[in-house]
Amino acid sequence: MAGHRNKGNPGLMGWIDDRFPATAMWEDHLSKYYAPKNFNFWYFFGSLALLALVNQILTGIWLTMSYNPSAEGAFASMEYIMRDVEMGWLIRYMHSTGASAFFIVVYLHMLRGMMYGSYQKPRELIWIFGMAIYLALMAEAFMGYLLPWGQMSYWGAQVIISLFGAIPVIGGDLAQWIRGDYLISGITLNRFFALHVAALPIVIIALVVLHILALHEVGSNNPDGVEIKKDLDKNGVPLDGIPFHPYYTVKDIVGVAVFLFVFVLIVFYFPEMGGYFIEAPNFEPANPLKTPNHIAPVWYFTPFYAILRAITFSIFGLDAKFLGVLFMGAAIAILFVLPWLDRSPVRSIRYKGWMSKVALVLFCISFVVLGVLGVLPSTPLYTLLAQICTAIYFLVFILMPFYTRIEKCKPVPDRVTG
Amino acid sequence: MKKQLLAVLFALVPALSMAAGPTAKLDAITPDLYNFESLHNGARLFVNYCMGCHSAEYQRFARTAEDLGIPQDVIEQNLILNPQTAYNDQMRISMTKANSTVWFGTPPPDLSLMARLKSPEYIYTFLRGFYLDSEKPWGVNNTAFPDVGMPHVLADLQGVNRLACDPNAISAETIDPLKGKIANPRDCFKEVTPGSLSPAEFDKAVYDLTNFMVYVAEPSKYQANAIAPKVLIFIAIFFFFAYLLKKEYWRDIKH
Repeated sequence: MAGHRNKGNPGLMGWIDDRFPATAMWEDHLSKYYAPKNFNFWYFFGSLALLALVNQILTGIWLTMSYNPSAEGAFASMEYIMRDVEMGWLIRYMHSTGASAFFIVVYLHMLRGMMYGSYQKPRELIWIFGMAIYLALMAEAFMGYLLPWGQMSYWGAQVIISLFGAIPVIGGDLAQWIRGDYLISGITLNRFFALHVAALPIVIIALVVLHILALHEVGSNNPDGVEIKKDLDKNGVPLDGIPFHPYYTVKDIVGVAVFLFVFVLIVFYFPEMGGYFIEAPNFEPANPLKTPNHIAPVWYFTPFYAILRAITFSIFGLDAKFLGVLFMGAAIAILFVLPWLDRSPVRSIRYKGWMSKVALVLFCISFVVLGVLGVLPSTPLYTLLAQICTAIYFLVFILMPFYTRIEKCKPVPDRVTG
Repeated sequence: MKKQLLAVLFALVPALSMAAGPTAKLDAITPDLYNFESLHNGARLFVNYCMGCHSAEYQRFARTAEDLGIPQDVIEQNLILNPQTAYNDQMRISMTKANSTVWFGTPPPDLSLMARLKSPEYIYTFLRGFYLDSEKPWGVNNTAFPDVGMPHVLADLQGVNRLACDPNAISAETIDPLKGKIANPRDCFKEVTPGSLSPAEFDKAVYDLTNFMVYVAEPSKYQANAIAPKVLIFIAIFFFFAYLLKKEYWRDIKH
């Protein structure tokens, strides 16, 4: 049994292991956790997401030391951090750039899961925990964006919270309950601060632990989608598995170096990223009496925002705004059931049929195009384009049970390939 | 199909310029944070011409002095006009918001972050874009900011201009000169009263002022520019050794 390793041995580790399963944990999760040896480029993003999380938590703690969560003081305290706090600008840019970096690696990490069928049996719970992390991350980012108390912070939050107002019957009261006021005010700022720095980080960390525990219970998938646990040597070690530590720790450090190089380049030279990471209207304090000409959410929300705006028609007596909210919610919700939509006998896109390949490409294109449309002011052409992409987005998932079942797959090799 | 895809791609090109704000055509400018002569002159103009009404309340005099290499006594004697303001204080003004709201309808905005809120190009165009318009409360209008609520404070430097063409054409974005329309509304400025500076000298003065406002909007740029190469070199060296380590370990793995 895992908990009994190294018990009764002399020395400090033996003493600890008698009381706490330190060696057992080290072995189960690192030195004797056997991961497939054929991880490729796409497998860097899991550990990078963990790095991004640590960066957000550490820089966030330091920002909290100087930030003033009040409607009167928030904006000024940001500039105090940017100018008067030693290296405050660096901490702040690492946090603001870190948020975007987090979403970039998380999106790539999710795409990896979709490509190689990492959500398929027996990894459904890993996927669901991951989706829950993604959902909590969106809430975390949304609430964090209000804290600088700039114009876009204020009006972005105004738009998103008003979405809850579109829900029939309870909508108005619900939106007011979220705001804690008749309009977004210092009360909203304070509760968002509490949720952003305490509640949601705890939820995210807990979910990350669950995500990794579930992963280590069933083992990692790989680009071939071959189950490595079915070919074991005489010691019960998978023939195609290698210990996560040292092999993948040293490999991931190389990925970390590349990631940090790009990250540092942005933090030091392009922290606003042309208005995508920090939007220009946010250099003006929040003003409830002055609506910006064009309110665009931060880039990582824009695909869903475009879906929301694409619904310009009413059906079954439901008005367009509420339908938009429903579609936006459904666009995220449908990802949760992905493990049950995919009926393919194979996991990896390498061995799936052409229909799955086309569907994945269409999904990526529609997601990116929706993301671009979400930052643009809507015009009839863009709305039509958003409607087409929304339809593609949903069809990829709705039709998945059919095309994954009827398509002809390639034979999967017995063992992992290169 | 390919053509349709291309059409879609082209339709999305404007997304790349999403951060663009005002509709009027703006004049190009390249700020230079290492041209300290320009920044000193900009600081002088900013304090003398802007800080009557506008604060830069997030920036301290001392920080400006240290970053731009201006001696403390020069700052205290020439840039701090209020005897109650200390060297370490923020660049605030004496005008209260209550008063300025009565006088201007809205308090003049703080300028600490204006260069990041708008753009250096906008400020450069705006400050050179005032022209006579007797219908406006301050007797002037602006090519970059139609119906501006601010008087032409640089009038003694620039002089006063009138617009010798249709003001309705001004807010249009780019206007074809071949069709007899205005490419840049400032091209049809006609001088009514000369200023103390020539047009070229005035453009230079506004460049300096804009340059200073770019500095004030993000004074951390100096430190960022100084540290960045060292951090990047460190990471590059780290990458090299990390890669060697990975290669060494992975030698055991047979594919």
